Amino acid sequence: MIPNLTLTVNGDRHEVHLDDARPTLLDVLRERLGLTGTKKGCDRGQCGACTVLVDGRRVNSCLTLAISVDGAEVTTIEGLARGGTLHPVQAAFVENDAFQCGFCTPGQIMSAVGLIAEGEAGDDAERIREGMSGNLCRCAAYPGITEAVRDARQRLAQNERESV
Amino acid sequence: MNLFDYVRPASVAEAVAAASAPGAAYLAGGTNLLDLMKAGTHRPARLVDITRLPGLDAIEVLPDGAIRIGALVTNADLARDPAFVAAAPAVAEALLSGASPQLRNAATVGGNVMQRTRCAYFYDPDSACNRREPGAGCDAHGGDTRGQAVLGWSEACIATHPSDFCVPLVALDAVVEIAGADGAREVALEAFHNLPGDDPANETVLRPGELITAIRLPAEAARFKAHARYLKLRERTSYAFALVSAAASLAIEDGAIVEARLALGAVAAKPWRARAAEPHLVGVSVTAAGFEEVARRAAEAALQEARPSGDNARKIELAMRVATRALVLAAAGSPARMPALPGSVFAPVPTLTAAGDVHG
Amino acid sequence: MADIIPTPTGHVRLGSNAGQPLTRRDGVLKVTGAATYAADNRPDGLAYAVFAHSSVARGRVTSLDVDAAKVHPGVIEVITPANRPPLGRDPDGKAHMFSWRTEALQNDTVRYAGQPIALVVAETLEAATEGARLLAPRYAAEPARIGFDAGEAYDPPAVGIGSPPNFAKGDVEAGFAAADQVTETRIETPLQYHNALEPHAIVAAWDGDRLTVDVPSQAIAMARNDFAAYFEVPPENVTLRSPFIGGGFGSKAILNGPQLLCVLAARMVGRPVKLAVTRQQMFGHLGHRGATRQHLRLGVDGEGHLTALEHNAISTTSSFDDFLEPAANASHNLYATPALKTHHTGVRVDTGTPGPMRAPGEASGSAGLECAMDEAAAALGLDPLEFRLRNYSETDPASGKPFSSKALRECYAEGASRFGWAGRPLAPRQMRDEAGCLVGWGVGTAMFPAPMFQAKARATLARDGTGLMEIAAVEMGQGALTALAQIAADGLGLDGDKVELRAGSSELPDGGIAGGSGHTATAGSAIFAAGSDAVRKLAELATRDEASPLFGAGNAGVVGRAGRLHRADDERRSEAYGDILQRAGLSHIEGEGAGARDPADAAEYAMFSHGAVFAEVKVDPDLYQIRVSRLVGAFAAGRIINPRLAKSQLTGGMIWGISFALHEDAIHDPRTGRPMNADFAGYHVPVNADAPSVEAFLVEEVDRHVNALGIKGVGEIGVTGSAGAIANAVWHATGVRPNRFPIRIEALLH
Repeated sequence: MIPNLTLTVNGDRHEVHLDDARPTLLDVLRERLGLTGTKKGCDRGQCGACTVLVDGRRVNSCLTLAISVDGAEVTTIEGLARGGTLHPVQAAFVENDAFQCGFCTPGQIMSAVGLIAEGEAGDDAERIREGMSGNLCRCAAYPGITEAVRDARQRLAQNERESV
Repeated sequence: MNLFDYVRPASVAEAVAAASAPGAAYLAGGTNLLDLMKAGTHRPARLVDITRLPGLDAIEVLPDGAIRIGALVTNADLARDPAFVAAAPAVAEALLSGASPQLRNAATVGGNVMQRTRCAYFYDPDSACNRREPGAGCDAHGGDTRGQAVLGWSEACIATHPSDFCVPLVALDAVVEIAGADGAREVALEAFHNLPGDDPANETVLRPGELITAIRLPAEAARFKAHARYLKLRERTSYAFALVSAAASLAIEDGAIVEARLALGAVAAKPWRARAAEPHLVGVSVTAAGFEEVARRAAEAALQEARPSGDNARKIELAMRVATRALVLAAAGSPARMPALPGSVFAPVPTLTAAGDVHG
Repeated sequence: MADIIPTPTGHVRLGSNAGQPLTRRDGVLKVTGAATYAADNRPDGLAYAVFAHSSVARGRVTSLDVDAAKVHPGVIEVITPANRPPLGRDPDGKAHMFSWRTEALQNDTVRYAGQPIALVVAETLEAATEGARLLAPRYAAEPARIGFDAGEAYDPPAVGIGSPPNFAKGDVEAGFAAADQVTETRIETPLQYHNALEPHAIVAAWDGDRLTVDVPSQAIAMARNDFAAYFEVPPENVTLRSPFIGGGFGSKAILNGPQLLCVLAARMVGRPVKLAVTRQQMFGHLGHRGATRQHLRLGVDGEGHLTALEHNAISTTSSFDDFLEPAANASHNLYATPALKTHHTGVRVDTGTPGPMRAPGEASGSAGLECAMDEAAAALGLDPLEFRLRNYSETDPASGKPFSSKALRECYAEGASRFGWAGRPLAPRQMRDEAGCLVGWGVGTAMFPAPMFQAKARATLARDGTGLMEIAAVEMGQGALTALAQIAADGLGLDGDKVELRAGSSELPDGGIAGGSGHTATAGSAIFAAGSDAVRKLAELATRDEASPLFGAGNAGVVGRAGRLHRADDERRSEAYGDILQRAGLSHIEGEGAGARDPADAAEYAMFSHGAVFAEVKVDPDLYQIRVSRLVGAFAAGRIINPRLAKSQLTGGMIWGISFALHEDAIHDPRTGRPMNADFAGYHVPVNADAPSVEAFLVEEVDRHVNALGIKGVGEIGVTGSAGAIANAVWHATGVRPNRFPIRIEALLH
């Protein structure tokens, strides 16, 4: 017996009926809730395209059994921009041309948001590269991604200083 | 993946009872289990979701100085815990050299110990594999063997254990705490994984339903904190399994090694404690000019029993070199800050400057 | 490069928008998750399809447990050769030059591992996936033929797409006899799979005899026509939507069997059906770069000039179709030599059929050629850059034609300067970094043809001062929506923000094929011509209208800019487009245009983009793990429409060079033929940390022959040169000449 699943996604509470326990968080987001911004690149935790924040931490939603995160707060790419204003990471990705085809981009951006929140990479390019290495980009927009994460972190730090 | 029962027990006792049924598997981070289920490698009849069990997610220092790491502590949380990093820097480095940040945020300590081999013939349900299906045979023999075992393998199985985390743990005499229907027990990590022998499907000493509740690092592990490194040879700068890895830990007094620990990863079906190497290092001055040669002799002792399981003879030499380097790095001291590329042979490349500024 | 050049038609100018480093017009869509890829479509009533694939590489399927699949909860239908409805075209036929033989359940034969053998349709993805597994196929299997030595060798009729397999100019044997030095280089390259991050997906929906397919396509009109032929409906009954492609690299240009099966399934179950292949299934029916075994001989005289160049390549293809990686052709057009001979041999192996993969032939052939050039330079004791300069070709070595433009010398100079090449020690193993790693520097020349295909576009100028450009162009990451909009704005004489570009649908004029690095040139030419046509019509209205300040100016005497027509001889006399239309009582005016190469120019000139790539590698002196610490490229590719996007394309291609040199290697088990590393854990492509410093610089190049806009292409050239430069740097660091890509730690261990 599979109970209904409750998820809060981007601030909205959803009750999802599951036929069985198999669906992953990724497939619930994409196929049940219509939040298709999160992408399926490998479905095996090997590319990072499905990265979302679960209770504030970046994870691969393809390897997360949805039922096991019943009750969680999930943030997806659709939940980053506020009132038509891009999140600083999103804006920095555009400005630094940190993507080409765009397919890995939602995962890259969610991963970057997670990385910045973890607070360990700082402005160190090598730590940013290592911290973003769980997200493959076959177009290989890596130089722009690294720059974008650094720019965004600085912008977020600036915002924080100004709001204090 | 197949249909399965999903149960969410409220206590360890309930979990053990639920998982004692045939075909049951524990679900924690799921990063390996879901992968195996999607590959069709593993088709459990029941998943016992232990992610909400209370009391398994703490990192505690015990009165005797040992560190107990709850089985549900995630790799990321452990690797970021300042006290733990200070006490066991090589363990943290190993954790951070493994997988990706996203996976480390989900993967748990208990799950890491329980992770299955990456042998492609194990993963592929259409290949014969004694580990997956006892008596089926082993298609890895005669296949692509570059990554296969050079120590402790058998005709039945030449797979390796892929964990990074377990390598420094086994060097530090970590202990696995286990709950079962008959109560709690504990097993040294070194004795936890079985070598394949004739029965590679019998991967660990766990009995049906038994649950790892914690990993304990004994108090003595702290003796090595100033000289502990993990080194991981890879075919990609990050996000790759080890070709070969080594954890070296040295206790040094007055410039001389009083106790040495060495373990190797990705060379056998278990994290390989290289006990044969350790006596070679005791009493040796780490500052003496010949230390690298001593380290090499120790590494050769570590691999003395090694033999290729296919077209992987060079892996033996590589393992000796990785072990040697890990010892040299450990002798130089644990880094003050976690390296930008944990476990990597490479020092950071100082870039994001204009081209032409950083050459020569 | 001049920012603004008068165009041949005289009505509009190129340069106010084109040439600007604008950010992507689709940037916000892509960073917010709003860009829609095929698998993101969820029409009402959607069912999910998953195909089962073969685990053997040769033989027959003898049984499928259809009943087991059908009783799985949620499974709706199972399609096998036994119940597959007929198709209007034979999947094993070759209807046109971009038809590959494919598997749509036409029989029970298995010809490679990973081949589709059945399709399961279900209410959920989970049910379809498990249903496909429950089919538990049994086979009558024959031994697989994998590898150069196991497969059947043959002389192919053609290599690549229709290129002759052999070429000779001059007498190579005489050249070798006259040489002071002859060096031989042997290099092998592995099978590589495209592995775009977006797995091939399709959503098919029928409405009576009208079909809508959402599918990523690098050739929208061609694919639409193919679907129409397979399902026996008129092409206008098929709508193919491909607004965004999550990476193609050549793998999304060619129709394949599972796409047909999904469309069939939608008709059978009377519901829309979605099929997204798994990552594992990306290593089968979707094409790949065939493996090559190359042998090069270079004869050189005492002055360091080539006396003869011979390049032989063995390329793998499938047992049932022919696509030979034209690796040896990479030697045709680069270095000056009096004698040149190339030869290809095919080997049939039990894999899927290869296809064009980013720089097909050029990537693997350039890797071989650049390694061979380096080996010859080292044997001569000559700096490898100097050696390349001594063999600089002023005319195309193969055809003798002049180049339409060639700023390669400038690329060498720019790249060397940016990299800091001067002072490089000649001998290997001379440099170390502060951590003790071996450091090596290598160079490779990049080169790629500048082809054009056929495209059409339709332009509309509206009375409100906006413009619309319609073309079934393809956005797959190269930035087509941005660069083509920039050209459209210039063609229409409007500011960019006044122009809407509609692309990515078969309802629009045929934008041609996005491949061969020719899309911007081809679609851009069509767009510019369409815009010019609309402006010309507007100019006719104005210059014949006595009420217009442009009256009497004549067609050639006006220029469109920022939404106004100006007299060419008196810029102060101008009129807004909207005013002209309003007075004429028109809501809008349309123009049409086509893009294709001028046959006279094609006959007279050799047309290529060029570049120079400089690599620095660090190699651990004992453990031999390799890292490309710097990669610097300088490229000349005619007019650059958007430097920001062009640089991204180039650096992306250069990182493909890293991938070629150090990572990609599909391993098929020699006994079963199964790809044993068919995932991203086993089949490595670079991660961010593998590309710490990659920079591309653009070298000015004006080309008056390649097309009216002077556009070549930048999509593929970055891959060429780079792999060779890295291998050469590895030699310079270690003293070991790699003889196989990717360069493995074990290959350097000694």
